Amino acid sequence: MSLIHYYRCLVGIVWREALRFIHQRERFLSALVRPLIWLLVFAAGFRSVLGVSIIPPYDTYVTYEVYIAPGLIGMIQLFNGMQSSLSMVYDREMGSMRTLLVSPLPRWYLLVCKLLAGTAVSVLQVYAFLVIAWFFDIQPPLWGYLTVLPALVVSGLMLGALGMLLSSWIKQLENFAGVMNFVIFPMFFASSALYPLWKMHDSSETLYYICLYNPFTAAVEIVRFALYGQVNWPYLGYAAVATLVFLGAAIYGYDPARGLLARKAGAGAMG
Amino acid sequence: MGRGHQAIETPSLAAGAPALEVAGLIHDFGAKRALDNVAFSIEPGDFTVLLGLNGAGKTTLYSLITRLYNNRSGSIKIFGYDVRKQSSQALARIGVVFQQPTLDLDLTVAQNLHYHAALHGMSRREAQSRLEAELARIDLLDRAHEKVRALSGGQRRRVEIARALLHRPKLLLLDEPTVGLDIGSRQAIVAHVRKLCREEKLAVLWATHLIDEVSDDDRVVVLHLGRVLAAGPVPEVMRKSGAAHVREAFTNLIEKAGKP
Repeated sequence: MSLIHYYRCLVGIVWREALRFIHQRERFLSALVRPLIWLLVFAAGFRSVLGVSIIPPYDTYVTYEVYIAPGLIGMIQLFNGMQSSLSMVYDREMGSMRTLLVSPLPRWYLLVCKLLAGTAVSVLQVYAFLVIAWFFDIQPPLWGYLTVLPALVVSGLMLGALGMLLSSWIKQLENFAGVMNFVIFPMFFASSALYPLWKMHDSSETLYYICLYNPFTAAVEIVRFALYGQVNWPYLGYAAVATLVFLGAAIYGYDPARGLLARKAGAGAMG
Repeated sequence: MGRGHQAIETPSLAAGAPALEVAGLIHDFGAKRALDNVAFSIEPGDFTVLLGLNGAGKTTLYSLITRLYNNRSGSIKIFGYDVRKQSSQALARIGVVFQQPTLDLDLTVAQNLHYHAALHGMSRREAQSRLEAELARIDLLDRAHEKVRALSGGQRRRVEIARALLHRPKLLLLDEPTVGLDIGSRQAIVAHVRKLCREEKLAVLWATHLIDEVSDDDRVVVLHLGRVLAAGPVPEVMRKSGAAHVREAFTNLIEKAGKP
C-alpha cells in the first residue's frame, strides 16, 4: 500500500461526505435554523435577564447574543458529530459501513478519514452560521474569522470522535431522541455555552465542576477565545487529549479482534 | 515479524494457492457456537455455492472472511494471504457483494463506483476507464449519471457486482445476492455471475438458501447449524448422500444431521 493509495482514500471519503451533505439539504438547513432560533429568540428574551460582566476574552461589555455565539457554534458541531455518528450506525445497518471496512487500508486510517470528512462538513456549517450571524450583530474582528479556523478543527474533531465512539456502542439504528436526551442536552446545558461558569459556581459547586470538566465547555471556550485571536491553552490541551481518548476508544470499538462488532453481530447478523 | 521475511515468502505462497482456503474455523457468539470447525477451499475458476438455511452461519462466515471481525481459531487464507495477519493483501484481492444493499441512493451510479475505486487506491483516470468497462458489461453505461434511487432492484444488484469487480479481484464473495429480487432478475444475476466466473477465471463463493440456484456443474458447500455437512462437486455430493437431485441430497443431509 503506497502513500498515494492513502491519499486517494482520504480524498474519496471526504468527497463522498461532501456529496452527501450537498444532497441532504434538510440537514444543512436544520443545522443553521437551530442555532439561529437560539440566537434570535432565546438570546433576545434572556438579554435583559442575564447580565454578562467583563470576562476574558472580551475586553468590554458584550451583549448576551455575542456571549452565546460560540456556544451555538459548539452546538452546530455537536449536532454534526452526533449526526455523523448516527449516520455511521445507519450506514452500518445499510451495509455501506461494511464496504468501507472491508477495503484494504488499515481500519484506524479509514476511521480517521471518516472523522476528518465529518469535521470538514461541520466547519462549513459553522462558517455559514457566522455569515448569517454577522447580520444580527455578532461581529467579531475580521481576522477572528481566520483565527477561529484551527479551533473549529480541534472542536470538530473532538465532538466527531465522541460521536464515533458512541456509534461503536450503539446497538441498532436508534432514533435521535435518545442521543438528544442523554448526550446533546446534558452536554450543552452543563457547559459554558449559555452562561459564564462563575454564575454556575454561585448556584452549585458540584454543577460548576461538572461544567468545568465537560469536554463541550472546552470546545466552546477554545472557539470563544479564537474568535478574538486568543488561545485558551488549558482548554486547548484538554480538547486535544479528549480527542485522542475518544478516537482511541472508537478505534478500539471498531477493532476486528477485540471489537464490539463481533459481540453485537450475535444479535442480528447470523444469517 | 520481519518484513523482509514476509516479502520473500509471500509470492511463493500466493502462486498456486487456492483462491480461498478455510481451515478449522470456529466462532462463538457468547455461549452460542456459530461456526464449528468449518473447512473448505475454492480454486480459481470455481463457482461454489454455499448452501444453507437461514441461521446456518453463512453471514457469520462472510463477516470473518471479509474481516469485519476476527476469527479466534482456525485460519482463512485468500490466495495464500492470511486474512488476520496480512489483511491488506487479502482484502485487496476480494470483491464483496453484501446481503444488504450498500449503494448510496442519493449519489449517482458513477459517484458510487468512484468512491469504491478511491478506497482501493485507484487513480481517477483508471477508475473512470474501469467503471465504463464494468458498466458496459452490465448494460448500464448509459445510466452512469443517474441516481441509484432511479434504478430497479435488479439493476442495483448488478451495479453492486460491477463495483465489487472494479479493482479486479480474483475472488468474488456474494452473500444471498438475489434476496428480494423477482424471478427474472434473479435468473439474470445468476447467469451474469456464472459467465464472469467462466470468462474471467474468477473464483466465486455464492451464499444462498435457494436450491434452484445450484447447477450440476457447480461445487457446493452445505452449511447447517455452523457445520459443513458436505463439500465438493454437486454430482459427488449427490452420489455420497444417495440422492438423485441436489434438493434431495440437501434434505437428506439436513435430516441426518438432525436438530441441535
